[in-house]
Amino acid sequence: MSVVGKVHSVESFGSADGPGVRYIIFLKGCKMRCKYCHNPDTWADSKNVTEETAEDLLKKAMRYKRYWGKNGGITVSGGEALLQIDFLIDLFKRAKDENVHTTLDTSGNPFSMEPEYLEKFNELMKYTDLFMLDIKHIDDEKHKILTGQTNTNILQMAKYLSDNGKAMWIRHVLVPGITDDEEDLKKLRAFIDELKTVERVEVLPYHTLGVFKWKELGLEYSLEGIDPPTKEQIEMANNILVK
Amino acid sequence: MVEMKQWDGFEGRLWKEEINVRQFIQDNYAPFDGDESFLAGPTEATDKLWGALQKLQKEERAKGGVLDMDTDIVTSLTSHGAGYIDESLKDLEQIVGLQTDKPLKRAFMPYGGIKMAEQSCEMYGYTPSPELHKIFNEYHKTHNQAVFDAYTPEMRLARRNKIMTGLPDTYGRGRIVGDYRRVALYGIDFLISEKQKDLNNCGDGTMTDDVIRLREEIAEQIKQLKGMKEMAKIYGLDISEPAQNAKEAFQWLYFGYLAAIKTQNGAAMSVGRVTTFLDIYVERDLKKGILTEEQAQELVDHFTMKLRMVKFARIESYNQLFSGDPVWATLDIAGIGVDGRSMVTKTDYRFLHTLENMGPAPEPNLTVFYSSALPENFKRYAAKISITTSSIQYENDDVMKPVWGDDYAICCCVSATQTGKEMQFFGARANLAKCLLYAINGGVDEKSGDQVGPNYAPITSEYLDYDEVIKKYDVMLEWLAGLYVNTLNLIHYMHDKYYYESAELALMDTNLKRTFATGIAGFSHVIDSLSAIKYAKVKTVRDPETGIVKDYEIEGDFPRYGNDDDRADEIGVKLLRTFMDKIEKHHTYRDAEPTTSILTITSNVVYGKATGAMPDGRKAGEPLSPGANPSYGAEQNGLVASLNSLTKLPYEWALDGISNTQTINPGALGNNDEERINNLVSVLDGYFDGGAHHLNVNVFGKEKLMDAMEHPEKEEYANFTIRVSGYAVKFIDLTREQQLDVIARTCHDRM
Repeated sequence: MSVVGKVHSVESFGSADGPGVRYIIFLKGCKMRCKYCHNPDTWADSKNVTEETAEDLLKKAMRYKRYWGKNGGITVSGGEALLQIDFLIDLFKRAKDENVHTTLDTSGNPFSMEPEYLEKFNELMKYTDLFMLDIKHIDDEKHKILTGQTNTNILQMAKYLSDNGKAMWIRHVLVPGITDDEEDLKKLRAFIDELKTVERVEVLPYHTLGVFKWKELGLEYSLEGIDPPTKEQIEMANNILVK
Repeated sequence: MVEMKQWDGFEGRLWKEEINVRQFIQDNYAPFDGDESFLAGPTEATDKLWGALQKLQKEERAKGGVLDMDTDIVTSLTSHGAGYIDESLKDLEQIVGLQTDKPLKRAFMPYGGIKMAEQSCEMYGYTPSPELHKIFNEYHKTHNQAVFDAYTPEMRLARRNKIMTGLPDTYGRGRIVGDYRRVALYGIDFLISEKQKDLNNCGDGTMTDDVIRLREEIAEQIKQLKGMKEMAKIYGLDISEPAQNAKEAFQWLYFGYLAAIKTQNGAAMSVGRVTTFLDIYVERDLKKGILTEEQAQELVDHFTMKLRMVKFARIESYNQLFSGDPVWATLDIAGIGVDGRSMVTKTDYRFLHTLENMGPAPEPNLTVFYSSALPENFKRYAAKISITTSSIQYENDDVMKPVWGDDYAICCCVSATQTGKEMQFFGARANLAKCLLYAINGGVDEKSGDQVGPNYAPITSEYLDYDEVIKKYDVMLEWLAGLYVNTLNLIHYMHDKYYYESAELALMDTNLKRTFATGIAGFSHVIDSLSAIKYAKVKTVRDPETGIVKDYEIEGDFPRYGNDDDRADEIGVKLLRTFMDKIEKHHTYRDAEPTTSILTITSNVVYGKATGAMPDGRKAGEPLSPGANPSYGAEQNGLVASLNSLTKLPYEWALDGISNTQTINPGALGNNDEERINNLVSVLDGYFDGGAHHLNVNVFGKEKLMDAMEHPEKEEYANFTIRVSGYAVKFIDLTREQQLDVIARTCHDRM
């Protein structure tokens, strides 16, 4: 039997979330409360949810297989996809049966070193070709302020992926005044340097395209007044993180 | 077998036995699968000439769109003396020949319609010659006059109410691609002798209408061939014999094309499939050591420059239909031969490279015959040029080749014809969206209130019932198809009689295959309307006095075309089949083979203006979506879902072409140039492997369009080119209405 997932939406053409042309599945539900989140409508997993089995969803995705070329495939994003790990395992297992490249776009927040959790996570790793891990902040205190959650287990996850030889991309959203402190960026880079399987580091400039969603949801947007980073700021971060 | 000294070094026999350019190409071309690193930049002469031409283009714009025009010379092959881009630079021009005696000066072409020729003069502040007025009104009839003499009242009414629009009754039908390569390969004298043989062999002595007409046509063609020689002499060149080197091959071929554009102002005046052919001459000269890569590129650049200069005097209503002064000098690139060899040569690269050497430009209308099996290097280079210039279109060689072979050319935007062997009768398009409204309103036009269609019982219920609408739509389509085909029969009869394309046809086989190209406008709106009626509830809003349905209210959701949802897409497939079945029932002029296209060019704006509100929620007067594009705002699942909807339309049912235009934000295509190139190639591979026919690729953001609309004077926008349905255009040359329409369309952006 195929596991049912709680889906927010799908996009047939994604080129920014993993290699090549990709089918992107956005899942519902996230426990992080990042102040700059551009998809706050995915936080709750109770409202506006489409329930779909992994089998059906993969069938839909496969309609676009011929656009994926040599390195495209499917990406599951969110919300926080790891909250539905059983669904992910089912979906990616089926995808690998069809020889489809799988990418997981995650904040790492649900990760834990509990044996029970690791058992599932190990299973998931088998079927995941690429992890895109979003590290919001290297400093735990600042991470808590920004997201409401600790980063300890997130950094643990990065190490765990590295120790297990799983390919990953590290992403960092650059918000002026919040995540662009030079020292912090250097610390983040030092952390990345310890990892053995990082294929790419990406700086994602903060943008305000999702602000209207906060208003629609009746939420207060606390970053009001903060502009997207300038070219110079992006270059500075790229110089430190991407090299 | 004929032997000529100019053929020294060329292989093969059959093309020497008969006129057979395709065989010559197959016997002699060299496929190239390397990358673009061999290409050469512009020469000093190219930079100088292109600089001078750009200056003229600026002056033309400043003068309101026309730099200069004739008012008292009727154009012909020999009506004008020699003309150059710039007298002081004329020695730099590798390829010579202009339509008139001055660059960008528009010729006076009365045969399509004296009224239009005069209107176009007056529109730009010129006074047409009273003497010519008298001649073409009192002594000689023109096409337009002849058509209107013969139109029935029903045809006039349907035309006036714009259920048939853009008909070639006020302008040249165009879409005939002479095999201009024949001039280079055989020389004019040989072509004359072959035509003379055809004339001698025409008919068995029984003078039927067909035989008499054809004999007169061949005689006209021979006259034009002789005229071409005279025309070349004006430039000091003798084209009696074949071209003996690459420079002559480009020049001879161009003279063939020049003969066409001096004598005809057809809506589309395509150049054809010339790259592989020309490459054979370039390769021969390179091997002999008498040509360098720089010189080869210079020939391509100068030839292309000439194609960027083609101009016709147009009238206002034409400009509204086809905005931005297009001429469809369509030039085809790449493709794969019937034997499986790639037809990409270095000269295919050289033509794409003109967009780098001289910057983006709408003409020539560069068309890549695409297949996922093309060399990877070439696909990547084409994608790169698309991303940087938004100036090229792609058509699926894998679906066209089985139908047309490997020597077909595009005669307009998306319509294939076999070079030298086939011509088409261009038939604009019928407005199927309006026809649906006629079905609901019993043949009464929703805007004018005229009884245009047959007086069938209208729908009287408050809510539309799918089965009832379908039944009524079917009979209304039946009426429209019949009227439409017969109107076209009449038009083409008169065009042959009064504005016969003797120069172009002189460079084609005497016994031609003819296609009869009908067209569909309003495709997506019919699909979405029928889907709304089927899957949601559609309430009619009637004019309280006349009872005519003027608007619709939709309750509930419904699937829309452009989301890879079979429920909607299947309606489109069925609509296409139904329309084609009805077209095929009717007799066509000269027994032409009926085809259809889903292509509107920019006329979607004009059609939309004339069409009332639709049951899919489109408001009265809003532009229809162009070609086979989904309606504005309908695409909810992203680019490739939309593309998948297009792949479901069988090309074999719409052999005149299925046009799709998509705009992708650079950021949505990838994070850097390398990724963008790879991703665009993946998208093209997937789309065309899926069986779709055509794609215009634009890569830019909406912000750039808005800025260009507000600040057309900025230097960076002078050559800013975009693809619209079926051709490319300088964005700042579009009417504001059309600029807004382009901006309103979906731009696939990053989520």
